[in-house]
Amino acid sequence: MTTTRSTTVEVRLPSRLGFEKVAMNTAASVAKLMGFRDERIDDLKTAVAEACINAIEHGNRLNDGLSVGVVLSAGVDALEVKVIDDGKGIQHKPAKPDIDRKMHGEEDPRGMGMFLIQALVDEAEWVAGKNGKASYVRLVIRLDKEP
Amino acid sequence: MQTDTKSKIDKLVSPAGHPVTVLRFDGDISSASKDAVVGAYQSLSKDTVKSILLDFTKVEYINSSGIALVIQLMMEASNSGQKVNAFGLSAHFQKVFTMVGITKYATLLPDQTTALAAL
Repeated sequence: MTTTRSTTVEVRLPSRLGFEKVAMNTAASVAKLMGFRDERIDDLKTAVAEACINAIEHGNRLNDGLSVGVVLSAGVDALEVKVIDDGKGIQHKPAKPDIDRKMHGEEDPRGMGMFLIQALVDEAEWVAGKNGKASYVRLVIRLDKEP
Repeated sequence: MQTDTKSKIDKLVSPAGHPVTVLRFDGDISSASKDAVVGAYQSLSKDTVKSILLDFTKVEYINSSGIALVIQLMMEASNSGQKVNAFGLSAHFQKVFTMVGITKYATLLPDQTTALAAL
């Protein structure tokens, strides 16, 4: 892909688990076209899937009447992904998962999605929408081509 | 519309002569995989099964809900005095499992031969 303009791809998902893979694979295709290394594409896939799962489960509360918007903006040296839902946004970020507490039954085994997102991409921010709607998470992964 | 996960149980013996139970997963591992992951584990005898290998060779997609099921399996196994290790994860999911701390409680090995030899 040689264009220097930002290119946008949009996907709209039903609020049903499993459809996060549609966004995940679309993001992977865009990243491949941009020249991302396979390792970074795998990071992106997990981050996008987790962001969509959060939007489906927590933002839209599995309401089939609502959809999740995914906007992929491919720039010169980075890919930005916005995952938009109809929830109120997160009130507070969960603590970093503690495997010892999970293994001892002191912490829910779930609740690792946001941690993985932050660990796998270069930037991640959660933005609460006005009037309790159109909240989104914005992810950025920078192009780091192999020499 | 999550895809089904299949699981299969094999009984093997390590080169050192130890009995080993292998749980082989096939498909995605997500919130829909509870029966295939935790259910398959719970079907094993806690009295006779002491060493368990999780085979991820045929798994391409694991999300955080699926990882939570693996942790639940490991927690129940630990409480029953069983040892769990895993093999066949892609480099990416080895990294993810390491990030969430699973490697503190289970060794990740590249393939079945290496995993059996480690027992």
